[in-house]
Amino acid sequence: MNSIMIEIKDLVTYYGTRKILDGINLTVNRGETLIILGRSGCGKSTLLRHIIGLSKPSEGHILIKGHDITRMDEDERLPIVKKIGMLFQSGALFNSMTVGENVALPLREHTQLEQSTIGIMTRMKLDQVGLAGFENFMPAQLSGGMKKRAALARAIAMDPDILFCDEPSAGLDPIVAVGIDHLILKLKKAFKMTIVIVTHEMASVFMIADRVALLDKGRILALGTVQELQAMDNPKIQQFFNREPDPEEVDRNEYLSSLVGG
Amino acid sequence: MKQIELILGHIGRNTLQFFVQISRFASLSKKTSYWLFVAPFRGKGLRWQSTIDQMVLMGVNSIPIVAIICFFVGLILAMQAAYQLERFGAAIYVADLVGVSMTREMGPLITAIIIAGRSGSAIAAEIGTMKVYEEIDALQTMGFNPIKFLVVPRFLALLIMLPCLTLIADTVGIGGGFFLAMFNLKISFIRYFNETIEALVMKDLITGLIKTFFFAAIIAIVGSYQGFSVNGGAEGVGKATTNSVVASIFLIIIADLLCTMFFYSTL
Ligand SMILES: Nc1ncnc2c1ncn2[C@@H]1O[C@H](COP(=O)(O)OP(=O)(O)O)[C@@H](O)[C@H]1O
Ligand SMILES: [Mg+2]
Repeated sequence: MNSIMIEIKDLVTYYGTRKILDGINLTVNRGETLIILGRSGCGKSTLLRHIIGLSKPSEGHILIKGHDITRMDEDERLPIVKKIGMLFQSGALFNSMTVGENVALPLREHTQLEQSTIGIMTRMKLDQVGLAGFENFMPAQLSGGMKKRAALARAIAMDPDILFCDEPSAGLDPIVAVGIDHLILKLKKAFKMTIVIVTHEMASVFMIADRVALLDKGRILALGTVQELQAMDNPKIQQFFNREPDPEEVDRNEYLSSLVGG
Repeated sequence: MKQIELILGHIGRNTLQFFVQISRFASLSKKTSYWLFVAPFRGKGLRWQSTIDQMVLMGVNSIPIVAIICFFVGLILAMQAAYQLERFGAAIYVADLVGVSMTREMGPLITAIIIAGRSGSAIAAEIGTMKVYEEIDALQTMGFNPIKFLVVPRFLALLIMLPCLTLIADTVGIGGGFFLAMFNLKISFIRYFNETIEALVMKDLITGLIKTFFFAAIIAIVGSYQGFSVNGGAEGVGKATTNSVVASIFLIIIADLLCTMFFYSTL
């Protein structure tokens, strides 16, 4: 079997006239956990949106299991999309449905299973993320961490073979955040999924990454295992690992002239 | 010089923006028609359950407000007419006037405007909120088409319910006219009823109802379009909601004008 799950070739994309991604090349192997690391606004979410087919790139190709999804229409993409799970940064649970209905929705629409079977599977998925007994709650009644868990249950409802997570621990307190990381590890072991996680949390990197890609200004600056990256002496990489702030280099004259609008 | 450049640039950008919006609107209409009229016959299904939910939300729940407002509209029409007609001793013709103007014009128009304010805005707000919270993206990544899921049930619900609401509006409006005729002009129910039946021809009713299909389409598409075009947070949703009401009322009036020209123009 082909061991490459995702292959990104020369991906370039713009928002308006602003170049956001500038020639990304990246492959993700079957069963590995790749973490895409980068500062806020460097284009991590944009990259994910392209991989899952929500946005079309200006240039380049994205192959998922050998199929170029940038060249497919909605119908052709459906079988691939069904086997992809996505955890959005905000969770993106459907607020008009209960937690249980959220998890059951893909099963109802994409499978011919009996209502009772779907009910059992829904409870199983919620149990896996530690939310047993919450199926009749509305998303608004859950805390931030519970929403992420529920969203994760929905993402794995169809037993995907690729799972994408956009900043799974953003906006959570450190203890809840580490709980989500543990959960992802557990799912990885249980289902042998290929996992791509976007984050700026170093703690998650050390805990779950097989490989790390460092994204900077729309380019991949470095790619390798955590140890390999740690050993590189590129200042931008070290800045991440040592949690250093940006060097403060403000040109006083330039600053003054920018104030008076010259 | 710089000023002129600035103004021209502004006009250019806005014109371009206008055409971009028109083309997006057209594309949404096209996709909606596809998912409503073509896809179900290719085995892609239609979401009946949410259509029925929407029919209740937008249709059944609007009956009280539509009825109350149209009762008063009928009453007002009758008062205005009676004031003129009584001087000629022709008070009975109030029935003709109220009947014809309610069925041809006021019933469909007032109902459409109420529903644009009540349901068109709700469509924009719901879809806009879903956009803000990445729910639309989530639908797509789960392999669901947002137009099939969100727009078509609302569109279909309005297409079915707006004519029904308009029929209610027509009836209640005529009732409003009768209310005045009975208490102010001392006209009996039988006389008023017969006069109304006499005055109305099928064409009045049918042209009135045909319009409502266009109005329903306008309300559903404009609301959805505004919802999908939300950018940024809650503020964007508020703007989209307001825009949807203003734009749909404007387009409803234009559509009404075109329909009236088509049905009744003597030119
Ligand atoms: N819809 C959009 N329109 C215009 N610019 C956008 C849009 N979404 C994101 N951007 C810009 O693209 C850049 C990358 O955004 P994003 O991928 O969300 O960053 P990250 O997820 O790494 O924080 C940011 O500078 C952001 O301002
Ligand atoms: Mg992001």
